[in-house]
Amino acid sequence: MLEDPVLLSRWLTFITLGFHIIMATIGVGIPIFISIAELIGIKKKDHHYILLAKRWTRGYTILVAVGVVTGTIIGFQLSLLWPSFMQSAGHVISLPLFMETFAFFFEAIFLGIYLYTWDRFKNPIFHWMLSIPIVIGSSASAFFITTVNAFMNTPRGFDLENGAFTNVQPFVAMFNPAMPSKVSHVLTTAYLTGAFILAAIAAFHLLRGKTHIYYKKALHLAMIGCFVFSVATIVNGDISGKFLAYYQPEKLAAAEWHFETTDRAKLLLGGILNEDEQEVKFGIEIPYALSILAFNRPSAEVIGLNDFPQDLWPPLYIHYFFNLMIMIGMFLAAVSFIYLVFYYFNRFNSLNPWLLRAILLGGPMAILSIEFGWILTEVGRQPWILRGYLKVAETATTSGHVFEMLILFSLLYLALGILLPVILIRLFTKKSVESEIDKHHIIL
Amino acid sequence: MIEYIGITVLWVFLYGYLIIGSIDFGAGFYSFYAKITNKKHTIRKVIDRYLSPVWEVTNVFLVFFMIGLIGFFPNTAYYYGTALLVPGSVALVLLSIRGSFYAFANYGARESNVYLFLYGATGLLIPAAFSTVLTISEGGFIIADESGVRLLLGHLFVNPYSWIVVLLAIVSVLFISASFLTYYANSAHDKEAFELMRKFTLIWGGPTILMSFLVFLTLSTHNPEHFQAMVEESWIFVLSLLSFLAALWLIYKKQQIGIAFSLVCLQFFFAFFGYGYTHLPFILYPYLTIYENITSPEMGITLIMAFIAGLFLLVPSLFLLLRLFIFDAEYVKGN
Repeated sequence: MLEDPVLLSRWLTFITLGFHIIMATIGVGIPIFISIAELIGIKKKDHHYILLAKRWTRGYTILVAVGVVTGTIIGFQLSLLWPSFMQSAGHVISLPLFMETFAFFFEAIFLGIYLYTWDRFKNPIFHWMLSIPIVIGSSASAFFITTVNAFMNTPRGFDLENGAFTNVQPFVAMFNPAMPSKVSHVLTTAYLTGAFILAAIAAFHLLRGKTHIYYKKALHLAMIGCFVFSVATIVNGDISGKFLAYYQPEKLAAAEWHFETTDRAKLLLGGILNEDEQEVKFGIEIPYALSILAFNRPSAEVIGLNDFPQDLWPPLYIHYFFNLMIMIGMFLAAVSFIYLVFYYFNRFNSLNPWLLRAILLGGPMAILSIEFGWILTEVGRQPWILRGYLKVAETATTSGHVFEMLILFSLLYLALGILLPVILIRLFTKKSVESEIDKHHIIL
Repeated sequence: MIEYIGITVLWVFLYGYLIIGSIDFGAGFYSFYAKITNKKHTIRKVIDRYLSPVWEVTNVFLVFFMIGLIGFFPNTAYYYGTALLVPGSVALVLLSIRGSFYAFANYGARESNVYLFLYGATGLLIPAAFSTVLTISEGGFIIADESGVRLLLGHLFVNPYSWIVVLLAIVSVLFISASFLTYYANSAHDKEAFELMRKFTLIWGGPTILMSFLVFLTLSTHNPEHFQAMVEESWIFVLSLLSFLAALWLIYKKQQIGIAFSLVCLQFFFAFFGYGYTHLPFILYPYLTIYENITSPEMGITLIMAFIAGLFLLVPSLFLLLRLFIFDAEYVKGN
């Protein structure tokens, strides 16, 4: 295994991206809430919301800094580990890659300005306006980079003749069939994850016995975001299922252990697969649900895996990641729904400790679900790197030193993974909310 | 035509990275120097005030160059990507240490000598690592045949040209950074910091020019073809030298420090574009030329249009950033 550059390159890419998407997701998800909090603070002249925006920004900045670092790494690693893939991708899909750097550039400039100009404008609304480019820039980065991933799933916009790319249409490649469902899913889940992390932080403080109204305002604002974006995530999750059924049926079939093409297909939860017999034990089956997920009709026919040659099957373990992702998504939606019901009906206590514990759990769960969903979509594309054109095994580097690099980067992420939470905790405990509220004058 | 526009755009961004990156890298070194010699209050304040708002922008220039290179010349991904796995990864780790530790120290609100040391040391190691890519592009260190692309790392380590380029990179970083900080300290009316950075500018000026001459000299044996092209366009290097002399004169005389820094930028502009222009048509000698490896015209034109659209967005934003933090007298003074 230590000799196989393909496997090692996959591992290194997995570790880098697995680490990076945490920062990237939070980096996309949080600015929108910072912007909303600051606007509420200005409109209502409520100092607490301004402080909320400031404290969120502080944590966000450190995460973005590490995200810049890991993002630079993955940007280069794509060429270092998958040179032939980037050569092909460069011909057809370099437009969104190029524009992604612009979007990030835009975000970085305004983040720099935003951070250091809290007290520089007479009218605070000017400072709030600086948050808009940050929201747009971070979301646009996610948009562009996701179109590249979508392209890997449904490559369009070129002809391949004797190994050369001809008739290249950059915009067709960018706006490929996988783009709408993927982009919307990535964006809403990023906002959802951002909201749940902010809610989890507030819930944590309330559980620890803090009673200041500041935490309740923070929790409520974040939970509204959680609810809105968990509903949006369920909607576009459903659209993603329909996209897969039509354009990438083998991925959906592998995720569902759906072997024979049938109508009235059932949805399977959990279970243990006997691969030789293609039989599942201990699974929970929901009749018609897969047909409904795939085509909105209980009688619809869903293509099974046996219609594809076995060497083009994705690994079947993605079923578990699919299930886990959906279960967490449902959990997050349920928690935010219950919170809002409790909040708006006075008979219940929306600060019930058990509910707060569920919200606290929702933060890490949301991140896990991002990881699971990402593993599902990447592993579910195997063995292809460009579906139908180029296989992963053909594009890895031929270098014999990938193992050493794997160790090197693992150590780096280990160090960052330990330091990052330590620094964040130190930063926030050093200046407590209460002391900052007392001062009424906050400098970042 | 597309290939010329493409390579010019990329070279402009690399030049941007050269200047902005050098200021940043050198500032790290001076910051550390100030700490260990207890000159903290003289230059650290000036450095921090400049660096804090702009450091994230620096990295983007580099990523932009890399992505643009792959976009306009996709085959570079295959050649450089395969050959540079090890040195590229090491440079990335250095860059990561620097970026994250800066953020930890700056926003994490704890002064730590370890952070500062890492920040200062990586500031010199990173340009050294990156400069070897330019050395590699001169040919002789990458072999491409049926079995694939390989980097001759051993050759790189014993090659005099390669080491001279590394030294040039390091002294240039220190020189560019010192001349900018002289200007910034001058605008801040910080006399002590100004004197110190002025001294550093004068100290590093000589080695910068000496190393430039040595690069010429060693290139003549390493890649005579490129050397010959440089001799034919020698006027541009003469302009570079004149800019350098004028800059040093102004800084020595303590006059027009802003113009002096612009002249330093011009010095590197002439040298860098002279080097790049005479390097053409090769991107990697002798395997890749801009003519044979340019992307399809459809993609090329789209990239150029995207670039122009992007500039409309970026130039005003960058202008705002500069207005608020570099050319705002009150901010620079720390009010």
